[in-house]
Amino acid sequence: MAKLKGWKDIPIGGMILEAGNSVEYRTGGWRAFRPVRGEAECIHCFQCWLFCPDSSILVDAENEKMVGFDLEHCKGCGICASICPVNKKVVKQAEEELGRDDARLCIRMVEEGKIEE
Amino acid sequence: MSTFEALQGNEAVATAMRQINPDVIAAYPITPQTSTVQKFADFVADGLVDTEFVCVESEHSAMSACVGASSAGARVMTATSANGLALMWEIVYIAASNRCPITMSLVNRALSAPINIHCDHSDVMGIRDSGWIILFSESGQEAYDNMIQAVRIAEHPDVLLPVAVCQDGFITSHAMEKVEIFDDADVKAFVGEYKPQWPLLDIDDPKTFGPLDFYDYYYEHKRQQVEAMANSQQVILDVAAEFNKKFDRDYGLFEAYKLDDADVAIVVANSTAGTVKVVVDRLRGEGLKVGLLKPRVFRPFPASEIADALSNVKAVAVMDRSISFGAMQNAGPLFLELLAGLTANGVQGPVADYVYGLGGRDILPREIEGVYRDALKMAETGQVEQMVTYLSVRE
Repeated sequence: MAKLKGWKDIPIGGMILEAGNSVEYRTGGWRAFRPVRGEAECIHCFQCWLFCPDSSILVDAENEKMVGFDLEHCKGCGICASICPVNKKVVKQAEEELGRDDARLCIRMVEEGKIEE
Repeated sequence: MSTFEALQGNEAVATAMRQINPDVIAAYPITPQTSTVQKFADFVADGLVDTEFVCVESEHSAMSACVGASSAGARVMTATSANGLALMWEIVYIAASNRCPITMSLVNRALSAPINIHCDHSDVMGIRDSGWIILFSESGQEAYDNMIQAVRIAEHPDVLLPVAVCQDGFITSHAMEKVEIFDDADVKAFVGEYKPQWPLLDIDDPKTFGPLDFYDYYYEHKRQQVEAMANSQQVILDVAAEFNKKFDRDYGLFEAYKLDDADVAIVVANSTAGTVKVVVDRLRGEGLKVGLLKPRVFRPFPASEIADALSNVKAVAVMDRSISFGAMQNAGPLFLELLAGLTANGVQGPVADYVYGLGGRDILPREIEGVYRDALKMAETGQVEQMVTYLSVRE
């Protein structure tokens, strides 16, 4: 967390004078579930990138690849996992109920406490 | 060259608005303010102003439109009364907190219920903690003069707070009086051009207004408002000095009438101060040393200056045109504030409150004379016989 400023050092009235400075507000700490890449191969359809409300899907634009998650800002909402067409395919083929953190998925939502760094 | 016109208080304010020629006025009709914006609508129809006149569907919308326009970078004005102000209330706070230098003509009227369209000060007292600068006006002339000064006060870079200019509903808002109207060009030059520091419509330099502000910064933004309010007192005096130089009428934080050698003083705001002056002159004729202190600036409350002005009187009678229900002795807000101010500044002596004129009830010279006689008795005995009196209410 950035050092908090005093009242003389901030714009009046709660104004935000720099566009796009929300990147400075690290919301990753809000996360209860973390998106993690699973076994199913990503098809780089960019659906997760399109739907992520926090612009937290990292992509390699030049090579058109989805490359991971911006965990400093990802709030763990799981929209990426629920929109993922590969996940849907895996669930359909499994012919059984899969947990959100099932290793066979393409994007898994794993409880923060159960992640080994 | 100024001219003298026979105008009602509201017309005088509308004329100030025409001369100020703000970018936006958003207002909704409510008695007794209505004739202000009605007159201004004539000016719009006659092509005398460039103002975007927004006829909204409620006062909540009026103040919201004002906040939006002010944030966009416009010079903005509005007018309201009583229940209209009450409906604005949520946005009244936002206007101050977002530091929108809006100027509002507030024509004081009793709040419902029972429904009443006549004068008292319960409306303005409801916004006394909202962060608005509040000015009182004894007459239509003062309301006109205050409106012109209010623009400069609100927009000063050290202030950037909204200003409410009060006058008494019907008593001055609809009473015809001789009003000195300054030359259009002189008023235009006095108020100058508004140069907003952070206009939202500056699309080359995008910014955000009114974002979420939690425990980490909200408090700091409130602290900034305290600073702006504190700064405003000097700005009010500076603007008044400039106004006096240009238009030859002297305004301060309050008016002291025959107070220098007075044994007792009445403190009363708005139109009743005029009646009190008549009584002061009459009693002075009898050799009684009575005086008047008429607050012009209620927010920021000039406690130490008022205490200084009252330091030599032996008793003070405050006249309140509203009640702070459930406050100490169910007194009025002006009394409570003044008593605190006198005490904090070491001014001793008896102080009593006289609530009067609620819902537009007349206040008569003989009643004011009775207040002075009470005060003279307090001065003699050094005792407050009754802290709060509800003047002329029927038992």
